[in-house]
Amino acid sequence: MTEKTTASQGPRTLFEKVWDAHVVRPETAETPAVLYIDLHLMHEVTSPQAFSMLRERGLKVRRPERTLATTDHSTPTLPRLPDGRWPFFDAQNEAQVAQIERNAKDFGIELHGLGDAQQGVVHVFGPEMGATQPGMTVVCGDSHTATHGAFGALAFGIGTSEVGHVLATQCLLQRKPRSLAIRVDGRLQPGVTAKDLVLAIIAQIGVGGGTGHVMEFVGPAVRALTMEGRMTLCNMAIEGGARAGLVAPDDATFEWLAGKPRAPKGAAWDAAVARWRKLPTDEGARYDREVTVDVSRLEPMITFGTNPAQGIPVTGAIPDPAAAKDAAARATLESALRYMALTPGKPILGQKVDVVFVGSCTNGRLEDLREAAKVMRGRKVKTRTLVVAGSHAVKKAAEAEGLDRIFREAGAEWREPGCSMCLAMNGDMLQPGQYCVSTSNRNFEGRQGPGGRTLLASPATAAAAAVSGAVADPRRLVEGK
Amino acid sequence: MEPIRVIETRTVVIPRENVDTDQIIPGRFLKVTDKKGLGKGLFSDWRYDADGKPRPDFVLNRPEAQGCRVLVAGDNFGCGSSREHAPWALVDYGFQAVVSTRIADIFRNNALKNGLIPIVLEPAAVAKLVAAPGASVRIDLGAQSVTLPDGSVATFPIDGFAKYCLMNGVDELGFLLSQDEAIAKFEARG
Ligand code: SF4
Repeated sequence: MTEKTTASQGPRTLFEKVWDAHVVRPETAETPAVLYIDLHLMHEVTSPQAFSMLRERGLKVRRPERTLATTDHSTPTLPRLPDGRWPFFDAQNEAQVAQIERNAKDFGIELHGLGDAQQGVVHVFGPEMGATQPGMTVVCGDSHTATHGAFGALAFGIGTSEVGHVLATQCLLQRKPRSLAIRVDGRLQPGVTAKDLVLAIIAQIGVGGGTGHVMEFVGPAVRALTMEGRMTLCNMAIEGGARAGLVAPDDATFEWLAGKPRAPKGAAWDAAVARWRKLPTDEGARYDREVTVDVSRLEPMITFGTNPAQGIPVTGAIPDPAAAKDAAARATLESALRYMALTPGKPILGQKVDVVFVGSCTNGRLEDLREAAKVMRGRKVKTRTLVVAGSHAVKKAAEAEGLDRIFREAGAEWREPGCSMCLAMNGDMLQPGQYCVSTSNRNFEGRQGPGGRTLLASPATAAAAAVSGAVADPRRLVEGK
Repeated sequence: MEPIRVIETRTVVIPRENVDTDQIIPGRFLKVTDKKGLGKGLFSDWRYDADGKPRPDFVLNRPEAQGCRVLVAGDNFGCGSSREHAPWALVDYGFQAVVSTRIADIFRNNALKNGLIPIVLEPAAVAKLVAAPGASVRIDLGAQSVTLPDGSVATFPIDGFAKYCLMNGVDELGFLLSQDEAIAKFEARG
């Protein structure tokens, strides 16, 4: 459902093209636009109350085939028990998973839940199904829906009320966001990844820097990224406050999508690719704002604080609140350092680490696991280390190339797919006071368990921390360096 | 939803920047399948210590905070996840409005659907509120204004349609459902 209308004249951005093609009713001063939603992804945490609303009002799901569900947040990451049951952490987790199974059945929605070969973290699973396609509008009751923008889809997180709106009408009421171009110049050095890039971008613009905007990532360093890298980048657009992240589709996108279960086949595929090629921003199109980042000197990044903008190069030192630009910034930094129990001025390298988590919708894909394995190969971990594939498809592919063996031989736990220690809903959690280098996307206080302290980094940096028992520079540990 | 016109109440101030949704309602409270009772988990990790005892120094645990229906916070309130549990918890606790210099997009959308007014004011106006915790304020949704502790009046932006819904106690779904014909036409274009 792309390229149906050409509402605005002249050169348009990728965002404008996708937006225009989905306007059912244009916005006016009185009412927001009615925007059609092509794909609605769903998980167990943010959907139950939406179905309750449908039942209370006696409503049906308008287009059940446009919703695709999985389970990920409340699911255990330990294997099924010999008696066939799942080792849920508690009865509430189990009830939530049972609820989405019932809702999917009652309303005719395709669910890939526990035990299904496709089950996984919703933002890993959607692209793997080939469900996420260029030019689509994609929503999910989950802020990291931004991930799907890597395909040139307008993808954003919604609340549970809006999940209900999409179920009932396949539409949302939306005011058009502004556009923000993030131009990434230069070339990433070896050992520096998309995760480092996005942490650097957020450190530059701040956690609220993208509020009210859809961010499009442009420039040579973005074009050079793999699809996995682009997903990592768009995934964290929300951590810069943006509604959505976008990368224009190109051959890399089409190659990645080809042959996926829901991707068009045969002549339909050729027609789709021809349509998708018209999506990239036209020459001369204007964004509301532009920010430029040069990455030629970028190093692996790591966060030291309690929001994702509080990041520094892994070779850097903990900032001193005394040098903050104003009183509010000083207070924010002081409270973060107090929570993290870190000392201003001290290098972050060598900081003791208790747990390492490799996984999540940010960095739980095959390429991420390969990066972590490169560092762990032939070494032993010195901390508790959880490696959690983003989905069963990723897990299977990783096992086919023997990555699981590398992790196991290093002493890491090779777990079943799910959100796991990204948000600690399923029992995989930190103890109060523990430090964790995590490849996830949020280092908020208590995110990985009450009192837990999260340092966000790339899979390579996380693996380096695992084998060192402390924050380490992965570039010194990779073969041939 | 109850229609909202004017709120007259005292403020609770949490002067921190970037109060994220994991602080408003931590992940472990998201295992519920309905909306009720989430107020108990509101700011749980700031309100209670590891043994579940109230921390006396946290503002919501002070006697003067009881019954206050407006929360004033530092810049970028509600950043983070899309969990509607965050406004559900605030509303269940008793809040009717949140004031900041910037409010995260998804949180703002969610708040509007639950009778919680997201109010963005100029930094100078928020600074006046932060400097006077517990001050009495008057919020007039129709006029889109807040009367500040010094008697001056600050105005705030709000989407006209959302304002209509709040003032009349109706939700957006009715309007969307009424678009059935337009939606069907759009779908038919394939
Ligand atoms: S992996 Fe983390 S951020 Fe991603 S969907 Fe799961 S809980 Fe959310």
